[in-house]
Amino acid sequence: MKHAHIPGVLVALAASVAMIGCGKKEEPKAAAPAPAPAAAPAPAPKPEIVVKIGHVAPLTGPIAHLGKDNENGARLAVDDANAKKLEIDGKIVKFELLGEDDQADPKTGTVVAQKLVDAKVAGVVGHLNSGTTIPASAIYNQAGLPQISPSATNPKYTQQGFNTTFRVMANDIQQGSVVGTYAVKDMGAKKVAIIDDRTAYGQGLADEVEKAAKAAGATIVAREFTTDKATDFKAILTKIKAKNPDVIFLGGMDAVGGPMLKQIKELGIKAKFTTGDGGCSPELIKLAGAASEGVICTQAGLPVDKLPNGQKFVEDFTKKYGQIQIYSPYSYDAVMVLVDAMKRANSVDPVKYLPEVGKTAYDGVTGKVEFDEKGDIKNGAITVFVIQEGKLVTLKSEGGTAAAAAAPAAAPAAAPEAKK
Amino acid sequence: MDTLLQQLINGLTLGAVYALVALGYTMVYGIIGLINFAHGEVVMIGTMVAFTVIVSLAGSGMPPLLILSVGLLIAVVACMVLGWGLERVAYRPLRHAPRLTPLITAIGMSIVLQNVAMIIWGRNYITFPPMIDKRIYEVGGASFTNVQVAIVVLAALVMIGLTYLVQRTRMGMAMRATAQNQHVALLMGVDIDRVIAMAFIIGSALGALAGCMVGSYYEIAHYQMGFMLGLKAFTAAVLGGIGNMAGAMAGGLLLGIIEALGAGYIGDLTGNFLGSHYQDIFAFMVLIIVLMFRPSGLFGERTGDRA
Repeated sequence: MKHAHIPGVLVALAASVAMIGCGKKEEPKAAAPAPAPAAAPAPAPKPEIVVKIGHVAPLTGPIAHLGKDNENGARLAVDDANAKKLEIDGKIVKFELLGEDDQADPKTGTVVAQKLVDAKVAGVVGHLNSGTTIPASAIYNQAGLPQISPSATNPKYTQQGFNTTFRVMANDIQQGSVVGTYAVKDMGAKKVAIIDDRTAYGQGLADEVEKAAKAAGATIVAREFTTDKATDFKAILTKIKAKNPDVIFLGGMDAVGGPMLKQIKELGIKAKFTTGDGGCSPELIKLAGAASEGVICTQAGLPVDKLPNGQKFVEDFTKKYGQIQIYSPYSYDAVMVLVDAMKRANSVDPVKYLPEVGKTAYDGVTGKVEFDEKGDIKNGAITVFVIQEGKLVTLKSEGGTAAAAAAPAAAPAAAPEAKK
Repeated sequence: MDTLLQQLINGLTLGAVYALVALGYTMVYGIIGLINFAHGEVVMIGTMVAFTVIVSLAGSGMPPLLILSVGLLIAVVACMVLGWGLERVAYRPLRHAPRLTPLITAIGMSIVLQNVAMIIWGRNYITFPPMIDKRIYEVGGASFTNVQVAIVVLAALVMIGLTYLVQRTRMGMAMRATAQNQHVALLMGVDIDRVIAMAFIIGSALGALAGCMVGSYYEIAHYQMGFMLGLKAFTAAVLGGIGNMAGAMAGGLLLGIIEALGAGYIGDLTGNFLGSHYQDIFAFMVLIIVLMFRPSGLFGERTGDRA
């Protein structure tokens, strides 16, 4: 524990810097621990220790708004955790978030992963995209760092046999089967057209939707492809129009979905549009405008207003950062799960607290977080939304029944926990 | 049949935009043999300037079409200044340097402009405010919007005007003379510096126009949008024969149509062995095949020494 040898002056400095950082006028308190060593009979001063938590998401490029959303969720969690003045192994822990930008690019993802490992972070929350999370996970695994993704839904992420990979929302096998089945059973689709953006996320989800839709009795009339940077989809949409599908599914992000919806309307395609969590955001509504009306989309998780402890989170987050896009509650919980595991292990050393992450049973803002042996969340929920009058309206939630049913009962019990 | 018609309409719209951007590449190349890689970014800046003007005028109660025209006009002027500035600052001092030097400078300018745009307009997608009330027409089972009609008509008018400028005016004659032989043109009393600056200015104006078209067609803008558009337009210019203006127009239209047909039919033709993700590859395959048989492009009359 090299931090134990930090001289008192430095600690006092760190404490006062922390106070300045908080912007609160608590100078007398900050000054208190500093003269304490001189006064022998006073209780021993609590040494402070800085624990770095890495966060990675694309902060530039087409989906920078989603990356910022994730990072803000994590930032809020770090602020809340610091406000609690947690004591681990006799030291007051001050968490620090190291936010990195992977540009949604797998190559950059591995570079920043190495950067975080070199910066000696205690754990990582991220990345946002499956395509960046999966290659980066090998680097964190080698360094023995726990990694919790708040939004990478591709099943392969936790199937690599790593003991360091976790995620706090349902994966694409669950999501794909809900969307695919919903399109056929509830929307009555007989012919389905599927488009994906050739990313690990889009392709993986589209494959699962295809399986589920086929299993439910629909025919896949077209399987088309685009890229996550394209803006012209008229050629593939024209081809799809000729196949006359009832439902079009897009495995891709909102930056692709927005312009695509407008072009669907311009081509006079009557099919209903569905997409997964990557396109289920307020940004999609902003980009597509009136063309987003009636879109069916899913998110891996419960709707924010239905989250067991969500109310306080929504208030705090909107006050500080504005509108929630998709996954900020999950990145908030991901940080809290790491903090919780450190608390239970009474150590901030990844080697010591990693086993505790797997044993997590945490009441987060998104519901109960428990992991299975692969690191996937148990009872992950999937929620189906419809866009009505420019707003995401909840249709129904599937899975996560334990959390959802327990929510009213758990809420009062969990409330003191949240207020601590 | 209606699908084919629809794909041709899609391709024609896209191709008209490519052609306008390709003209900017080809005019500069034709005169000083420089591939101005920053041209795609000029197009992007044009879109962004138009966006800013339109948004700030949107609440003023002016008729939408007037706002759009003002936005377009200011974007064109801004890009003309930008194009002139690029030539003056980045390329003129290097005019007698080895050919690779200005090429690298062009790539550098492209990166600089992208980052400047990112600082000014941010990293997110910008929703281009729709100023034209979109109407959808249907002919023979294929549908198109009034925006598409405007793009194609406007592009055609501009191309006719440009052809007139180059073939019939004194400035055009000076341009053609400079393209043929700079030194001889200089001896004949042609102001080379002015002619070269004009090529950049006209090319940038066309780019700004294309940028506004892209903006109102897709209704989104992004600081990286110029890169791929520029690359495609450059491909179109090479396909038609770089340095040749008729070639750039034909190349642009052809590339747009090839892309649309490629994405539309490549899957069916190969029994889904190649899907629509090979859309771009399809366009570049055609380029390679054309260049194999006609190394100077479809309309290219120049020999290899300038390439």
